[in-house]
Amino acid sequence: MMHKKSKNIFSTVRFYVFALIIGLMIAVPFYWMAITSLKTESAVLTYPIEWIPTQITLENYTELFSSFSFGRVVLNSCIVSVAYTLVALTSCCMAAFAFAKLPFRGRDTILRIFIATLMIPAQSTLVPLFMIFNGMGLTNSYFSVILPSLFRVTGIFMLVQNMKTIPNDFIDAARIDGASYFTILFRIIVPLLGPAVATVGIITFMDSWNEYLWPLVMLTDTDMMTLPVALSTLSGMYERNFGVQMAGSLISIIPIVIVFLAAQRKFKDGLSLGGIKG
Amino acid sequence: MNNKKTKGLLTALPFLMPSIGGFLLISLIPILYSLALSLTSYSGLKGLDIFSAEFWQQNFVGLENYQKILSDSEFRDSLLHIGYFIILYIPLMMAASLGIATLLNKPRKGSVFFRVLFYIPVLTSWVAGAIIWRWVLDPQYGVLNDLLAKVGIQGPAWLQDGNWAMVGIVLASVWKDMGFYGLIFLGGLKNINPEYYEAAQMDGAGKTQKFFKITLPMLSPIIYFALVLSLINAFMIFAQVMIMTGGGPYGSTEVIVERIYNYAFHYHKMGYASALSWILFAIVFVLTFIQQKAQKKWVNYDA
Repeated sequence: MMHKKSKNIFSTVRFYVFALIIGLMIAVPFYWMAITSLKTESAVLTYPIEWIPTQITLENYTELFSSFSFGRVVLNSCIVSVAYTLVALTSCCMAAFAFAKLPFRGRDTILRIFIATLMIPAQSTLVPLFMIFNGMGLTNSYFSVILPSLFRVTGIFMLVQNMKTIPNDFIDAARIDGASYFTILFRIIVPLLGPAVATVGIITFMDSWNEYLWPLVMLTDTDMMTLPVALSTLSGMYERNFGVQMAGSLISIIPIVIVFLAAQRKFKDGLSLGGIKG
Repeated sequence: MNNKKTKGLLTALPFLMPSIGGFLLISLIPILYSLALSLTSYSGLKGLDIFSAEFWQQNFVGLENYQKILSDSEFRDSLLHIGYFIILYIPLMMAASLGIATLLNKPRKGSVFFRVLFYIPVLTSWVAGAIIWRWVLDPQYGVLNDLLAKVGIQGPAWLQDGNWAMVGIVLASVWKDMGFYGLIFLGGLKNINPEYYEAAQMDGAGKTQKFFKITLPMLSPIIYFALVLSLINAFMIFAQVMIMTGGGPYGSTEVIVERIYNYAFHYHKMGYASALSWILFAIVFVLTFIQQKAQKKWVNYDA
Protein backbone atom coordinates (compact mmCIF):
# COMPACT_ATOMS: atom_id res chain seq x y z
CA MET A 1 0.00 0.00 0.00
CA MET A 2 2.68 2.43 1.04
CA HIS A 3 4.66 1.51 -2.03
CA LYS A 4 1.71 2.34 -4.30
CA LYS A 5 1.26 5.74 -2.70
CA SER A 6 4.85 6.82 -3.20
CA LYS A 7 4.65 5.63 -6.79
CA ASN A 8 1.59 7.85 -7.28
CA ILE A 9 3.36 10.87 -5.88
CA PHE A 10 6.27 10.17 -8.18
CA SER A 11 4.02 10.08 -11.25
CA THR A 12 2.22 13.25 -10.17
CA VAL A 13 5.52 15.07 -9.74
CA ARG A 14 6.66 13.81 -13.11
CA PHE A 15 3.44 15.09 -14.70
CA TYR A 16 3.93 18.58 -13.34
CA VAL A 17 7.61 18.70 -14.25
CA PHE A 18 6.96 17.75 -17.89
CA ALA A 19 3.79 19.85 -18.17
CA LEU A 20 5.75 22.80 -16.83
CA ILE A 21 8.63 22.29 -19.26
CA ILE A 22 6.35 22.09 -22.32
CA GLY A 23 4.15 24.82 -20.86
CA LEU A 24 7.15 27.12 -20.56
CA MET A 25 8.28 26.35 -24.09
CA ILE A 26 4.87 27.46 -25.26
CA ALA A 27 4.35 30.34 -22.88
CA VAL A 28 7.75 32.07 -23.05
CA PRO A 29 7.28 33.40 -26.62
CA PHE A 30 3.84 34.73 -25.62
CA TYR A 31 5.24 36.31 -22.46
CA TRP A 32 8.06 37.78 -24.52
CA MET A 33 5.50 39.21 -26.95
CA ALA A 34 3.37 40.71 -24.16
CA ILE A 35 6.21 42.40 -22.27
CA THR A 36 7.84 43.67 -25.46
CA SER A 37 4.58 45.35 -26.43
CA LEU A 38 4.64 47.23 -23.12
CA LYS A 39 8.25 48.41 -23.33
CA THR A 40 9.60 51.70 -24.62
CA GLU A 41 11.44 51.54 -27.91
CA SER A 42 14.82 51.89 -26.26
CA ALA A 43 14.06 49.24 -23.64
CA VAL A 44 13.15 46.73 -26.36
CA LEU A 45 16.61 46.84 -27.89
CA THR A 46 18.77 46.45 -24.80
CA TYR A 47 21.22 43.81 -23.77
CA PRO A 48 21.05 42.00 -21.38
CA ILE A 49 17.33 41.78 -22.01
CA GLU A 50 14.79 42.95 -19.45
CA TRP A 51 12.74 39.93 -18.39
CA ILE A 52 10.57 42.18 -16.28
CA PRO A 53 10.06 45.60 -17.86
CA THR A 54 11.31 48.41 -15.63
CA GLN A 55 9.00 50.93 -17.24
CA ILE A 56 5.59 50.11 -18.65
CA THR A 57 4.20 52.16 -21.50
CA LEU A 58 1.27 52.00 -23.91
CA GLU A 59 3.07 54.01 -26.58
CA ASN A 60 3.23 51.02 -28.96
CA TYR A 61 -0.53 50.66 -28.82
CA THR A 62 -1.20 54.33 -29.41
CA GLU A 63 1.26 54.28 -32.31
CA LEU A 64 -0.60 51.32 -33.78
CA PHE A 65 -4.00 52.95 -33.63
CA SER A 66 -2.95 56.46 -34.60
CA SER A 67 -0.58 55.93 -37.51
CA PHE A 68 -1.79 52.60 -38.88
CA SER A 69 -5.59 52.87 -38.41
CA PHE A 70 -5.50 49.55 -36.62
CA GLY A 71 -9.03 50.05 -35.34
CA ARG A 72 -10.29 49.82 -38.88
CA VAL A 73 -8.24 46.65 -39.41
CA VAL A 74 -9.77 44.98 -36.35
CA LEU A 75 -13.22 45.99 -37.57
CA ASN A 76 -12.49 44.53 -41.03
CA SER A 77 -11.44 41.25 -39.49
CA CYS A 78 -14.61 41.09 -37.38
CA ILE A 79 -16.90 41.83 -40.33
CA VAL A 80 -15.16 39.39 -42.64
CA SER A 81 -14.93 36.53 -40.14
CA VAL A 82 -18.52 36.83 -38.92
CA ALA A 83 -19.93 37.07 -42.45
CA TYR A 84 -17.68 34.27 -43.65
CA THR A 85 -18.82 31.99 -40.83
CA LEU A 86 -22.53 32.73 -41.29
CA VAL A 87 -22.42 32.16 -45.04
CA ALA A 88 -20.35 29.00 -44.63
CA LEU A 89 -22.68 27.58 -41.99
CA THR A 90 -25.78 28.28 -44.08
CA SER A 91 -24.27 26.76 -47.19
CA CYS A 92 -22.85 23.73 -45.32
CA CYS A 93 -26.10 23.00 -43.46
CA MET A 94 -28.12 23.19 -46.66
CA ALA A 95 -25.80 20.92 -48.61
CA ALA A 96 -25.45 18.48 -45.73
CA PHE A 97 -29.23 18.26 -45.44
CA ALA A 98 -29.53 17.38 -49.12
CA PHE A 99 -26.80 14.74 -48.85
CA ALA A 100 -28.04 13.22 -45.61
CA LYS A 101 -31.80 13.39 -45.91
CA LEU A 102 -33.00 13.95 -49.47
CA PRO A 103 -32.88 11.02 -51.90
CA PHE A 104 -31.92 12.13 -55.39
CA ARG A 105 -30.11 10.83 -58.40
CA GLY A 106 -26.35 11.40 -58.34
CA ARG A 107 -26.20 12.12 -54.62
CA ASP A 108 -23.20 9.94 -53.88
CA THR A 109 -21.38 11.06 -57.01
CA ILE A 110 -21.72 14.74 -56.14
CA LEU A 111 -20.59 14.15 -52.56
CA ARG A 112 -17.64 12.12 -53.82
CA ILE A 113 -16.62 14.91 -56.19
CA PHE A 114 -16.88 17.42 -53.35
CA ILE A 115 -14.66 15.31 -51.12
CA ALA A 116 -12.17 14.79 -53.94
CA THR A 117 -11.62 18.57 -54.09
CA LEU A 118 -9.92 18.32 -50.70
CA MET A 119 -6.92 17.15 -52.69
CA ILE A 120 -6.68 20.49 -54.49
CA PRO A 121 -4.51 22.76 -52.37
CA ALA A 122 -5.88 26.31 -52.14
CA GLN A 123 -2.40 27.45 -53.15
CA SER A 124 -2.83 25.73 -56.52
CA THR A 125 -5.86 27.79 -57.46
CA LEU A 126 -4.46 31.07 -56.16
CA VAL A 127 -3.43 32.57 -59.49
CA PRO A 128 -6.58 31.88 -61.56
CA LEU A 129 -8.85 32.69 -58.65
CA PHE A 130 -7.15 36.04 -58.40
CA MET A 131 -7.64 36.60 -62.14
CA ILE A 132 -11.32 35.71 -61.91
CA PHE A 133 -12.04 37.86 -58.85
CA ASN A 134 -9.98 40.71 -60.22
CA GLY A 135 -11.95 40.48 -63.45
CA MET A 136 -15.16 40.71 -61.45
CA GLY A 137 -13.85 43.90 -59.87
CA LEU A 138 -13.71 42.38 -56.40
CA THR A 139 -10.21 43.51 -55.46
CA ASN A 140 -10.21 45.32 -52.13
CA SER A 141 -13.76 44.31 -51.25
CA TYR A 142 -15.10 42.26 -48.38
CA PHE A 143 -16.84 40.06 -50.93
CA SER A 144 -13.56 38.79 -52.30
CA VAL A 145 -12.63 37.14 -49.01
CA ILE A 146 -16.17 36.14 -47.99
CA LEU A 147 -17.28 34.40 -51.21
CA PRO A 148 -15.00 31.35 -50.83
CA SER A 149 -17.02 30.47 -47.71
CA LEU A 150 -19.74 29.08 -49.98
CA PHE A 151 -17.76 25.90 -50.46
CA ARG A 152 -16.26 24.29 -47.36
CA VAL A 153 -16.11 20.56 -47.82
CA THR A 154 -14.97 19.63 -44.32
CA GLY A 155 -17.94 21.47 -42.87
CA ILE A 156 -20.36 19.72 -45.21
CA PHE A 157 -18.80 16.36 -44.49
CA MET A 158 -18.95 16.74 -40.70
CA LEU A 159 -22.56 17.88 -40.81
CA VAL A 160 -23.58 15.03 -43.14
CA GLN A 161 -22.18 12.54 -40.62
CA ASN A 162 -24.14 14.19 -37.83
CA MET A 163 -27.39 14.67 -39.72
CA LYS A 164 -27.50 10.98 -40.60
CA THR A 165 -27.92 10.21 -36.90
CA ILE A 166 -31.20 12.14 -36.76
CA PRO A 167 -34.16 9.77 -37.27
CA ASN A 168 -36.23 10.33 -40.39
CA ASP A 169 -39.37 10.24 -38.23
CA PHE A 170 -38.75 13.84 -37.23
CA ILE A 171 -38.79 14.91 -40.85
CA ASP A 172 -41.75 12.74 -41.84
CA ALA A 173 -43.81 14.03 -38.94
CA ALA A 174 -43.05 17.63 -39.84
CA ARG A 175 -43.84 16.95 -43.49
CA ILE A 176 -47.25 15.66 -42.51
CA ASP A 177 -47.81 18.86 -40.57
CA GLY A 178 -47.12 20.70 -43.80
CA ALA A 179 -43.65 22.09 -43.04
CA SER A 180 -41.35 22.81 -45.97
CA TYR A 181 -37.88 21.27 -46.11
CA PHE A 182 -36.36 24.67 -45.42
CA THR A 183 -38.40 25.03 -42.26
CA ILE A 184 -37.50 21.50 -41.23
CA LEU A 185 -33.82 22.14 -41.75
CA PHE A 186 -33.54 25.45 -39.94
CA ARG A 187 -36.23 24.98 -37.29
CA ILE A 188 -35.78 21.34 -36.37
CA ILE A 189 -32.52 19.84 -37.59
CA VAL A 190 -30.07 22.68 -37.00
CA PRO A 191 -31.25 23.22 -33.39
CA LEU A 192 -31.01 19.47 -32.78
CA LEU A 193 -27.42 19.52 -34.04
CA GLY A 194 -26.44 22.51 -31.91
CA PRO A 195 -23.03 21.28 -30.72
CA ALA A 196 -21.96 19.96 -34.13
CA VAL A 197 -23.01 23.17 -35.86
CA ALA A 198 -21.21 25.19 -33.19
CA THR A 199 -18.05 23.14 -33.69
CA VAL A 200 -18.10 23.67 -37.43
CA GLY A 201 -18.81 27.36 -36.80
CA ILE A 202 -15.85 27.84 -34.47
CA ILE A 203 -13.43 26.03 -36.76
CA THR A 204 -14.67 28.12 -39.69
CA PHE A 205 -14.35 31.32 -37.70
CA MET A 206 -10.79 30.46 -36.67
CA ASP A 207 -9.78 29.65 -40.23
CA SER A 208 -11.25 32.87 -41.51
CA TRP A 209 -9.77 35.01 -38.72
CA ASN A 210 -6.29 33.62 -39.37
CA GLU A 211 -6.40 33.28 -43.16
CA TYR A 212 -3.42 34.95 -44.76
CA LEU A 213 -2.56 34.07 -48.36
CA TRP A 214 -5.91 34.81 -50.02
CA PRO A 215 -6.59 38.13 -48.25
CA LEU A 216 -2.95 39.07 -48.90
CA VAL A 217 -3.63 38.78 -52.61
CA MET A 218 -7.07 40.42 -52.63
CA LEU A 219 -6.78 43.18 -50.00
CA THR A 220 -3.99 45.59 -50.80
CA ASP A 221 -5.62 48.77 -49.53
CA THR A 222 -4.70 49.45 -45.89
CA ASP A 223 -8.30 50.36 -45.07
CA MET A 224 -9.57 47.00 -46.26
CA MET A 225 -6.93 44.71 -44.76
CA THR A 226 -7.72 42.00 -42.26
CA LEU A 227 -5.48 41.46 -39.24
CA PRO A 228 -3.00 38.94 -40.68
CA VAL A 229 -2.45 41.01 -43.82
CA ALA A 230 -2.09 44.22 -41.81
CA LEU A 231 0.34 42.52 -39.42
CA SER A 232 2.55 41.32 -42.24
CA THR A 233 2.53 44.81 -43.76
CA LEU A 234 3.35 46.18 -40.32
CA SER A 235 6.28 43.82 -39.89
CA GLY A 236 7.74 45.19 -43.11
CA MET A 237 7.11 48.84 -42.23
CA TYR A 238 8.35 48.70 -38.65
CA GLU A 239 11.13 46.29 -39.34
CA ARG A 240 13.12 46.85 -36.14
CA ASN A 241 10.33 48.32 -34.06
CA PHE A 242 9.35 45.12 -32.34
CA GLY A 243 7.21 46.85 -29.71
CA VAL A 244 4.61 47.88 -32.30
CA GLN A 245 4.70 44.48 -34.01
CA MET A 246 4.17 42.67 -30.72
CA ALA A 247 1.29 44.96 -29.78
CA GLY A 248 -0.41 44.18 -33.08
CA SER A 249 0.18 40.44 -32.71
CA LEU A 250 -1.24 40.44 -29.19
CA ILE A 251 -4.37 42.26 -30.36
CA SER A 252 -4.87 39.70 -33.11
CA ILE A 253 -4.58 36.74 -30.73
CA ILE A 254 -6.81 37.87 -27.85
CA PRO A 255 -10.23 37.76 -29.61
CA ILE A 256 -9.72 34.29 -31.02
CA VAL A 257 -8.60 32.93 -27.65
CA ILE A 258 -11.69 34.45 -26.01
CA VAL A 259 -13.99 32.96 -28.65
CA PHE A 260 -12.30 29.61 -28.20
CA LEU A 261 -12.56 29.63 -24.41
CA ALA A 262 -16.20 30.68 -24.54
CA ALA A 263 -17.04 27.97 -27.05
CA GLN A 264 -14.86 25.23 -25.61
CA ARG A 265 -17.58 23.51 -23.61
CA LYS A 266 -19.78 23.45 -26.68
CA PHE A 267 -17.32 21.44 -28.70
CA LYS A 268 -18.63 18.06 -29.59
CA ASP A 269 -16.16 15.19 -29.37
CA GLY A 270 -13.38 17.53 -28.40
CA LEU A 271 -11.10 19.50 -30.62
CA SER A 272 -9.78 16.73 -32.77
CA LEU A 273 -12.64 17.29 -35.19
CA GLY A 274 -10.75 20.21 -36.62
CA GLY A 275 -8.40 17.68 -38.16
CA ILE A 276 -8.49 18.77 -41.75
CA LYS A 277 -8.51 22.21 -43.20
CA GLY A 278 -10.38 23.10 -46.31
CA MET B 1 -38.89 4.81 -58.94
CA ASN B 2 -36.56 6.51 -61.39
CA ASN B 3 -39.04 9.25 -61.81
CA LYS B 4 -39.20 9.78 -58.07
CA LYS B 5 -35.43 10.13 -57.86
CA THR B 6 -35.37 12.68 -60.66
CA LYS B 7 -38.03 14.62 -58.87
CA GLY B 8 -35.88 14.29 -55.77
CA LEU B 9 -33.15 16.18 -57.59
CA LEU B 10 -35.47 19.13 -58.06
CA THR B 11 -36.22 19.17 -54.34
CA ALA B 12 -32.54 18.87 -53.44
CA LEU B 13 -31.20 21.39 -55.93
CA PRO B 14 -32.08 24.56 -53.99
CA PHE B 15 -30.20 23.14 -51.02
CA LEU B 16 -27.18 22.36 -53.13
CA MET B 17 -27.09 25.63 -55.04
CA PRO B 18 -24.75 27.61 -52.73
CA SER B 19 -22.17 24.86 -52.42
CA ILE B 20 -22.29 23.87 -56.09
CA GLY B 21 -21.91 27.54 -56.98
CA GLY B 22 -18.94 27.77 -54.64
CA PHE B 23 -17.51 24.54 -56.00
CA LEU B 24 -17.60 25.87 -59.56
CA LEU B 25 -16.34 29.32 -58.63
CA ILE B 26 -13.48 28.50 -56.28
CA SER B 27 -12.56 24.95 -57.18
CA LEU B 28 -13.42 23.53 -60.58
CA ILE B 29 -13.13 26.60 -62.81
CA PRO B 30 -9.89 27.86 -61.20
CA ILE B 31 -8.10 24.53 -61.40
CA LEU B 32 -8.94 24.20 -65.12
CA TYR B 33 -8.12 27.86 -65.68
CA SER B 34 -4.82 27.25 -63.96
CA LEU B 35 -4.06 24.35 -66.29
CA ALA B 36 -4.75 26.57 -69.32
CA LEU B 37 -2.61 29.40 -67.95
CA SER B 38 0.25 27.03 -67.20
CA LEU B 39 0.64 26.50 -70.97
CA THR B 40 1.17 30.20 -71.60
CA SER B 41 3.74 32.88 -70.95
CA TYR B 42 1.07 35.26 -69.64
CA SER B 43 2.56 38.01 -67.49
CA GLY B 44 -0.45 39.16 -65.52
CA LEU B 45 0.17 42.79 -66.41
CA LYS B 46 -2.49 43.03 -69.10
CA GLY B 47 -6.11 42.02 -68.81
CA LEU B 48 -6.91 38.82 -70.61
CA ASP B 49 -9.69 37.01 -72.38
CA ILE B 50 -8.79 33.39 -72.08
CA PHE B 51 -11.28 32.41 -74.80
CA SER B 52 -9.89 34.71 -77.47
CA ALA B 53 -7.72 33.29 -80.23
CA GLU B 54 -5.49 36.32 -80.03
CA PHE B 55 -4.51 35.55 -76.45
CA TRP B 56 -3.44 32.04 -77.40
CA GLN B 57 -1.55 33.21 -80.48
CA GLN B 58 0.45 35.62 -78.40
CA ASN B 59 1.04 33.58 -75.27
CA PHE B 60 0.88 29.86 -75.96
CA VAL B 61 4.17 28.13 -75.14
CA GLY B 62 3.10 24.51 -74.70
CA LEU B 63 4.95 22.63 -71.99
CA GLU B 64 7.83 25.07 -71.86
CA ASN B 65 7.03 26.25 -68.33
CA TYR B 66 7.06 22.69 -67.02
CA GLN B 67 10.32 21.94 -68.80
CA LYS B 68 11.88 25.04 -67.34
CA ILE B 69 10.70 24.23 -63.83
CA LEU B 70 11.90 20.65 -63.93
CA SER B 71 15.29 21.49 -65.36
CA ASP B 72 15.80 24.55 -63.19
CA SER B 73 17.93 24.28 -60.08
CA GLU B 74 15.64 26.76 -58.35
CA PHE B 75 12.75 24.31 -58.20
CA ARG B 76 15.05 21.49 -57.12
CA ASP B 77 16.38 23.71 -54.36
CA SER B 78 12.92 24.59 -53.12
CA LEU B 79 12.16 20.87 -52.88
CA LEU B 80 15.43 20.31 -51.03
CA HIS B 81 14.52 23.07 -48.58
CA ILE B 82 11.17 21.44 -47.97
CA GLY B 83 12.91 18.07 -47.56
CA TYR B 84 15.22 19.60 -44.97
CA PHE B 85 12.21 21.11 -43.22
CA ILE B 86 10.45 17.72 -43.18
CA ILE B 87 13.45 15.82 -41.81
CA LEU B 88 13.74 18.19 -38.87
CA TYR B 89 10.10 19.06 -38.33
CA ILE B 90 8.28 15.73 -38.43
CA PRO B 91 10.32 13.82 -35.81
CA LEU B 92 10.37 16.81 -33.45
CA MET B 93 6.68 17.52 -33.88
CA MET B 94 5.71 13.85 -33.50
CA ALA B 95 7.77 13.44 -30.33
CA ALA B 96 6.44 16.66 -28.82
CA SER B 97 2.81 15.95 -29.63
CA LEU B 98 2.95 12.32 -28.48
CA GLY B 99 4.50 13.68 -25.29
CA ILE B 100 1.66 16.14 -24.88
CA ALA B 101 -0.94 13.44 -25.49
CA THR B 102 0.47 10.99 -22.94
CA LEU B 103 0.88 13.86 -20.50
CA LEU B 104 -2.77 14.87 -20.74
CA ASN B 105 -4.25 11.40 -20.98
CA LYS B 106 -4.68 10.90 -17.24
CA PRO B 107 -6.99 13.58 -15.79
CA ARG B 108 -5.18 15.56 -13.13
CA LYS B 109 -5.56 18.85 -11.37
CA GLY B 110 -4.52 21.47 -13.89
CA SER B 111 -4.66 19.28 -16.98
CA VAL B 112 -7.47 21.39 -18.45
CA PHE B 113 -5.30 24.45 -17.97
CA PHE B 114 -2.40 22.82 -19.75
CA ARG B 115 -4.63 21.57 -22.53
CA VAL B 116 -5.82 25.10 -23.24
CA LEU B 117 -2.29 26.50 -22.94
CA PHE B 118 -0.89 23.92 -25.40
CA TYR B 119 -3.64 24.86 -27.83
CA ILE B 120 -3.09 28.63 -27.85
CA PRO B 121 -0.35 28.53 -30.52
CA VAL B 122 -2.81 26.59 -32.72
CA LEU B 123 -5.34 29.40 -32.34
CA THR B 124 -2.72 32.02 -33.12
CA SER B 125 -2.51 33.03 -36.76
CA TRP B 126 0.67 32.00 -38.55
CA VAL B 127 1.37 35.65 -39.22
CA ALA B 128 1.35 36.58 -35.53
CA GLY B 129 3.26 33.39 -34.68
CA ALA B 130 5.93 34.14 -37.27
CA ILE B 131 6.26 37.75 -36.12
CA ILE B 132 6.70 36.59 -32.53
CA TRP B 133 9.31 34.01 -33.54
CA ARG B 134 11.25 36.44 -35.66
CA TRP B 135 11.67 38.45 -32.49
CA VAL B 136 12.33 35.40 -30.28
CA LEU B 137 15.10 34.39 -32.71
CA ASP B 138 16.66 37.82 -32.99
CA PRO B 139 20.41 37.13 -32.75
CA GLN B 140 21.20 40.12 -30.58
CA TYR B 141 18.17 40.93 -28.48
CA GLY B 142 16.10 37.77 -28.87
CA VAL B 143 15.00 35.66 -25.96
CA LEU B 144 16.27 32.32 -27.27
CA ASN B 145 19.88 33.37 -27.64
CA ASP B 146 19.68 34.99 -24.22
CA LEU B 147 18.54 31.70 -22.71
CA LEU B 148 21.23 29.81 -24.61
CA ALA B 149 23.84 32.25 -23.36
CA LYS B 150 22.71 31.52 -19.80
CA VAL B 151 23.76 27.89 -20.23
CA GLY B 152 26.96 28.92 -21.95
CA ILE B 153 25.99 28.39 -25.57
CA GLN B 154 26.66 31.06 -28.15
CA GLY B 155 23.49 30.99 -30.26
CA PRO B 156 23.65 31.28 -34.06
CA ALA B 157 22.28 34.23 -36.04
CA TRP B 158 19.23 32.07 -36.81
CA LEU B 159 17.14 33.68 -39.56
CA GLN B 160 20.05 35.75 -40.79
CA ASP B 161 22.29 32.72 -41.26
CA GLY B 162 21.65 30.52 -44.29
CA ASN B 163 22.58 27.39 -42.33
CA TRP B 164 20.22 28.11 -39.46
CA ALA B 165 17.26 29.93 -41.01
CA MET B 166 15.34 26.75 -41.79
CA VAL B 167 16.04 25.41 -38.30
CA GLY B 168 14.45 28.57 -36.93
CA ILE B 169 11.39 28.05 -39.12
CA VAL B 170 11.18 24.45 -37.91
CA LEU B 171 11.30 25.53 -34.25
CA ALA B 172 8.47 27.98 -34.83
CA SER B 173 6.46 25.35 -36.70
CA VAL B 174 6.85 22.73 -33.98
CA TRP B 175 5.81 25.30 -31.40
CA LYS B 176 2.78 26.21 -33.48
CA ASP B 177 1.62 22.69 -34.35
CA MET B 178 2.43 20.41 -31.42
CA GLY B 179 -0.79 21.27 -29.58
CA PHE B 180 -2.85 20.50 -32.66
CA TYR B 181 -1.38 17.04 -33.24
CA GLY B 182 -1.13 16.51 -29.48
CA LEU B 183 -4.89 16.80 -29.10
CA ILE B 184 -5.46 14.54 -32.10
CA PHE B 185 -3.28 11.90 -30.44
CA LEU B 186 -5.03 12.48 -27.14
CA GLY B 187 -8.33 11.63 -28.83
CA GLY B 188 -6.72 8.41 -30.06
CA LEU B 189 -5.39 7.49 -26.62
CA LYS B 190 -8.79 7.98 -25.07
CA ASN B 191 -10.26 5.53 -27.56
CA ILE B 192 -7.96 2.67 -26.57
CA ASN B 193 -9.86 0.05 -24.63
CA PRO B 194 -8.45 0.00 -21.07
CA GLU B 195 -8.94 -3.77 -20.94
CA TYR B 196 -5.83 -4.20 -23.09
CA TYR B 197 -3.73 -2.51 -20.42
CA GLU B 198 -5.36 -4.51 -17.65
CA ALA B 199 -4.64 -7.73 -19.49
CA ALA B 200 -1.04 -6.69 -20.08
CA GLN B 201 -0.75 -5.71 -16.43
CA MET B 202 -1.80 -9.20 -15.40
CA ASP B 203 0.77 -10.69 -17.70
CA GLY B 204 3.35 -8.56 -15.92
CA ALA B 205 4.14 -6.12 -18.72
CA GLY B 206 6.12 -3.02 -17.79
CA LYS B 207 5.39 0.56 -18.77
CA THR B 208 7.74 0.63 -21.74
CA GLN B 209 6.42 -2.68 -22.95
CA LYS B 210 2.85 -1.44 -22.71
CA PHE B 211 3.74 1.67 -24.65
CA PHE B 212 5.40 -0.19 -27.50
CA LYS B 213 3.13 -3.23 -27.57
CA ILE B 214 -0.25 -1.57 -27.00
CA THR B 215 -0.22 2.21 -27.21
CA LEU B 216 1.79 2.63 -30.41
CA PRO B 217 0.05 -0.11 -32.45
CA MET B 218 -3.36 1.04 -31.31
CA LEU B 219 -2.47 4.60 -32.15
CA SER B 220 -1.09 3.69 -35.57
CA PRO B 221 -4.07 4.88 -37.65
CA ILE B 222 -3.90 8.29 -36.04
CA ILE B 223 -0.13 8.50 -36.19
CA TYR B 224 -0.39 7.59 -39.84
CA PHE B 225 -3.04 10.25 -40.42
CA ALA B 226 -0.91 12.86 -38.66
CA LEU B 227 2.15 11.82 -40.63
CA VAL B 228 0.44 12.21 -44.00
CA LEU B 229 -1.29 15.43 -43.01
CA SER B 230 1.93 17.00 -41.77
CA LEU B 231 3.79 15.81 -44.86
CA ILE B 232 1.22 17.38 -47.18
CA ASN B 233 1.19 20.56 -45.12
CA ALA B 234 4.99 20.73 -45.27
CA PHE B 235 4.78 21.17 -49.04
CA MET B 236 2.48 24.12 -48.50
CA ILE B 237 4.34 26.14 -45.87
CA PHE B 238 4.08 29.80 -46.71
CA ALA B 239 3.23 32.36 -44.03
CA GLN B 240 6.10 31.41 -41.72
CA VAL B 241 8.59 31.59 -44.59
CA MET B 242 7.21 34.85 -45.98
CA ILE B 243 7.34 36.62 -42.65
CA MET B 244 10.34 35.07 -40.95
CA THR B 245 12.79 35.07 -43.86
CA GLY B 246 11.02 36.03 -47.09
CA GLY B 247 12.84 33.06 -48.65
CA GLY B 248 16.27 34.29 -47.63
CA PRO B 249 19.02 34.64 -46.66
CA TYR B 250 20.34 34.09 -50.20
CA GLY B 251 17.32 31.99 -51.12
CA SER B 252 18.13 29.36 -48.50
CA THR B 253 14.50 29.06 -47.37
CA GLU B 254 12.70 29.44 -50.70
CA VAL B 255 9.78 27.00 -50.90
CA ILE B 256 7.13 26.15 -53.50
CA VAL B 257 4.23 28.32 -52.39
CA GLU B 258 6.52 31.27 -51.76
CA ARG B 259 7.81 30.82 -55.33
CA ILE B 260 4.26 30.65 -56.71
CA TYR B 261 3.33 33.83 -54.89
CA ASN B 262 6.41 35.73 -55.97
CA TYR B 263 6.28 34.60 -59.60
CA ALA B 264 2.61 35.51 -59.87
CA PHE B 265 2.50 38.78 -58.00
CA HIS B 266 6.02 40.19 -58.03
CA TYR B 267 7.88 38.80 -61.05
CA HIS B 268 4.82 39.02 -63.35
CA LYS B 269 5.01 35.47 -64.61
CA MET B 270 1.49 34.17 -64.10
CA GLY B 271 1.96 31.36 -66.61
CA TYR B 272 5.05 30.06 -64.87
CA ALA B 273 3.36 30.39 -61.47
CA SER B 274 0.39 28.38 -62.75
CA ALA B 275 2.68 25.58 -63.90
CA LEU B 276 4.26 25.56 -60.44
CA SER B 277 0.75 25.40 -58.97
CA TRP B 278 -0.01 22.32 -61.01
CA ILE B 279 3.18 20.64 -59.90
CA LEU B 280 2.21 21.34 -56.29
CA PHE B 281 -1.22 19.86 -57.00
CA ALA B 282 0.43 16.78 -58.51
CA ILE B 283 2.63 16.31 -55.44
CA VAL B 284 -0.34 16.51 -53.08
CA PHE B 285 -2.32 14.17 -55.31
CA VAL B 286 0.45 11.56 -55.35
CA LEU B 287 0.91 11.76 -51.58
CA THR B 288 -2.81 11.28 -51.02
CA PHE B 289 -2.86 8.37 -53.44
CA ILE B 290 0.07 6.65 -51.73
CA GLN B 291 -1.66 7.21 -48.43
CA GLN B 292 -4.82 5.44 -49.62
CA LYS B 293 -2.80 2.49 -50.87
CA ALA B 294 -0.39 2.14 -47.99
CA GLN B 295 -3.02 2.61 -45.34
CA LYS B 296 -4.52 -0.80 -45.96
CA LYS B 297 -1.15 -2.46 -45.66
CA TRP B 298 0.14 -1.81 -42.21
CA VAL B 299 -2.25 0.29 -40.19
CA ASN B 300 -4.17 -1.41 -37.42
CA TYR B 301 -7.82 -0.44 -37.40
CA ASP B 302 -9.31 -2.57 -34.67
CA ALA B 303 -8.85 -0.30 -31.68
